[in-house]
Amino acid sequence: PALGESFSFLHSSFISSFWGGGRNSLTVLEGMGFRVGQGLAERLPRGALAFREELDTIKFLCRDLWGAVFRKQTDNLRTNHQGTYVLQDNNFPLLTQMAWGQQYLEETPKFLAFTCGLLRGTLSALGIESSVTASVASLPACKFQVVIQKA
Amino acid sequence: MSRQANRGTESKKMSSELFTLTYGALVTQLCKDYENDEDVNKQLDKMGYNIGVRLIEDFLARSNVGRCHDFRETADVIAKVAFKMYLGITPSITNWSPAGDEFSLILENNPLVDFVELPDNHSSLIYSNLLCGVLRGALEMVQMAVDVKFVQDTLKGDGVTEIRMRFIKRIEDNLPAGEE
Repeated sequence: PALGESFSFLHSSFISSFWGGGRNSLTVLEGMGFRVGQGLAERLPRGALAFREELDTIKFLCRDLWGAVFRKQTDNLRTNHQGTYVLQDNNFPLLTQMAWGQQYLEETPKFLAFTCGLLRGTLSALGIESSVTASVASLPACKFQVVIQKA
Repeated sequence: MSRQANRGTESKKMSSELFTLTYGALVTQLCKDYENDEDVNKQLDKMGYNIGVRLIEDFLARSNVGRCHDFRETADVIAKVAFKMYLGITPSITNWSPAGDEFSLILENNPLVDFVELPDNHSSLIYSNLLCGVLRGALEMVQMAVDVKFVQDTLKGDGVTEIRMRFIKRIEDNLPAGEE
């Protein structure tokens, strides 16, 4: 459990460190998340990744990845059964920290970019290419939309 | 079959790997952003400091540790409570200076570097330098000015990782004359 808190502190420090600086910091944050997601998936035992269907892989993200990173599961998963999935978290831990300072809704993308990359990277290492975007309707609830790229 | 139990250990392992990988991604990004290792080291220290000044509140709230009366108590709290709480390890405390103002933390394993290798062209990089900043920032918030540095690093081929902490001075609050 120790490292969950520590990850949170580390993540917040990225936001302050890589924000501004004249280049697309969202891309940097997403890219970091992507590499971490790949690394994580590559280190999973082979047996853990025997998913029969695409939906099982997404459920792995909602349960196991979310559990390991955020110590909870996502609250809701929706899909159109045509390659688009929406993962909903009503109390996203990386957003709850935003209550500290004077944060506005426009600032939320930088708190979500790393996680978008994390999802995209994990899927990529599992052989699934995707695009992942996030949106916030009201803090601290957010949705991650995963669109699977067909070959 | 104990799928639940397996999932628990798997989750803990993933959580630990996530942390190591995330730290690694940070260092990699800084190495891209800054031209030389010295600048990366400074940035790691600075980021660590900013983490430390916030982390101390979280630590004090969750640990119920009271005020430390001397540097020896501080060392104990750092090694046995703080490191355990945030990194899941308990370094040993050794090499006290005769004056009691310096000691070493020996880390037999360092979660930040679990499967990391330093690339060849980064021999001056102090990979885990963030930790020094965190310790410095956290202690400053409890009125202690300290100097913290790595003196041994398993990443560089040393047998253990050793962090040296030196007490510089107590930071006094500036109170107006006539108050306690």
